[in-house]
Amino acid sequence: MILEARNVRRLYGAFVALDGVSLSVREGEFVSIIGPNGAGKSTLINVLTGVLAPSGGSVRFKDRDIGGIGAVALTRLGMARSFQLVQIFPELTVLETLQAAVVSRLGLGSRFFASLAGDGRVQREALEVAALFSLHDKAHTPTRELPQGDKKLLDVASAFALKPEIILLDEPTSGVSTADKHAVMEILVGAAKRMGLRAIIQVEHDMDIVFGYSDRIIALHQGKVLADDTPAQIEADAQVMDMVVGRRRGATNTTPHPALSPEGRGRAFPSPPEGERAG
Amino acid sequence: MRTAVVLVLVAVAIVALPLVAPAYYVTLMLPFMAYGVVLLGLNLLFGYTGLVSFGHALFIGIGAYTGAVLTTRFGMRQMELILLAAALAAAAVAAPVGALCVRYVKIYFGMLTLAFGMVFYTFLLKFYRLTGGDEGMRLLRPYLLGQSWEGFSKTAYLIGPYYYFSVVILALATLLMWRVVRSPFGLCLRTIRDNPLKAESLGVSVPRFRWYAFMISAVYAAVGGALLATPTGNVDPTLAYWTHSGNIVFMVLLGGFASFFGPLLGAFVFIFLQDTVMSVFPYWRLVFGAMLAALVIFAPGGLMGLFARRLPVEVSRG
Repeated sequence: MILEARNVRRLYGAFVALDGVSLSVREGEFVSIIGPNGAGKSTLINVLTGVLAPSGGSVRFKDRDIGGIGAVALTRLGMARSFQLVQIFPELTVLETLQAAVVSRLGLGSRFFASLAGDGRVQREALEVAALFSLHDKAHTPTRELPQGDKKLLDVASAFALKPEIILLDEPTSGVSTADKHAVMEILVGAAKRMGLRAIIQVEHDMDIVFGYSDRIIALHQGKVLADDTPAQIEADAQVMDMVVGRRRGATNTTPHPALSPEGRGRAFPSPPEGERAG
Repeated sequence: MRTAVVLVLVAVAIVALPLVAPAYYVTLMLPFMAYGVVLLGLNLLFGYTGLVSFGHALFIGIGAYTGAVLTTRFGMRQMELILLAAALAAAAVAAPVGALCVRYVKIYFGMLTLAFGMVFYTFLLKFYRLTGGDEGMRLLRPYLLGQSWEGFSKTAYLIGPYYYFSVVILALATLLMWRVVRSPFGLCLRTIRDNPLKAESLGVSVPRFRWYAFMISAVYAAVGGALLATPTGNVDPTLAYWTHSGNIVFMVLLGGFASFFGPLLGAFVFIFLQDTVMSVFPYWRLVFGAMLAALVIFAPGGLMGLFARRLPVEVSRG
């Protein structure tokens, strides 16, 4: 067991965002967390990544309580994350972004007078990650000039450059074009294998991605775990499919996902499908 | 390559200046070099960490008053020791002040630094016995390299040994800062400037690095402050007044905070422009105010931004 949440509750005033959530992530697993808006996914991510302390229950990572310990401490312990809305350093190049992650992992940040360019190990590791994510051709491109898909990839790549044991991806394909999303996932899963990650957790709305890559799916509904099972079992459960996925999977394949807006960003909630919007 | 050539030419010009230029212009270079040191530090905070301080005159004041107190009260005249003491005093004050300020960002950080600056200004003004109040204190001519230079007139001292001493300090400060911004530490600061949330997710401790940057900038400001006060031979509370903090922010903007050498250019242009404008037009602040407005609107990258091919500056964030 690498990551374990036990009976986690999280309240915002009187509102119960998470109501007794228990889950565990084991060695070698790719786990997806799904659920409609308001199910508590964002809160759960924030609790699992130590940003929020649970109001009750506990979250343990490698047998340590990580409730509210904060992003920096969790990174040191070996957990990394990427964000739903792309987070980049606009003025830094691709290589510098990856170097920053390597510098942080190696604990070199307090070297005030050392030469960054002269540090062979940092350069090499950053370039390796760039190559794994097919970003090496753009190593010296300022991040702000990258196409949206590459920005997303870099956000994830920089988290990988921390060489975490476990990574939490918040909608890794949001903002990526339909044509590219599988390529992105292939790169990502390939990189995870090459780098020896012990587990991946993702929160994802795109059911193609969820059912295509997960070993296990955890469905949240109104702050509770509705189902925790293999993709095949989840798909066979009509009630879960109805409540969480909203429709049969065949339909989701043909409907463009709301996340794929032209800019692919600034979306906190998926917009309703076209038909509903018109009504 | 082009930068290297320009740098060598500038260095040669600075070294040769006292041999060819009238004394008046040579003495004008002294505040330029002092501000140069201040601004290198301020820009580590501003251009590299993304924090705009409106209270750094506080540390200029600490540097200047350290020089005055040591030379008049303690009879310690060695400039090297004065600079060291100024740096230590600034670090001692910046440690708690910075720890508080860096918990805030944007306007709140700016206002908090302003507030601390005003507290210090008031201290200088009201604690008359210690500080000389609004009249300030004398700063006796410091010894350089153990020499008193007593045979030199004031002008000869300033345009000779003191000028070259300032050149060396500015050069050292520049070299050191050049290394700092190109270090792993410098990279961490730039990640914080661009996106603190992402920096934190990569394990960069945002408050701690902001605090380091604040400390370094304070030490630079104090060293610059001690250099600045020596030529006038007197220190007074206006050195620590908030308009002085505003002036140095203006210098950084004028030269361009996105560039390493921008603030140095800003200091140079500011000093010489101020001198020129003041001599022909009594309302020089009017001219500078208009310039500042024009700068923000038309050239947010400052003078360096005008020279650069493209502008890596985003003015309207959010």
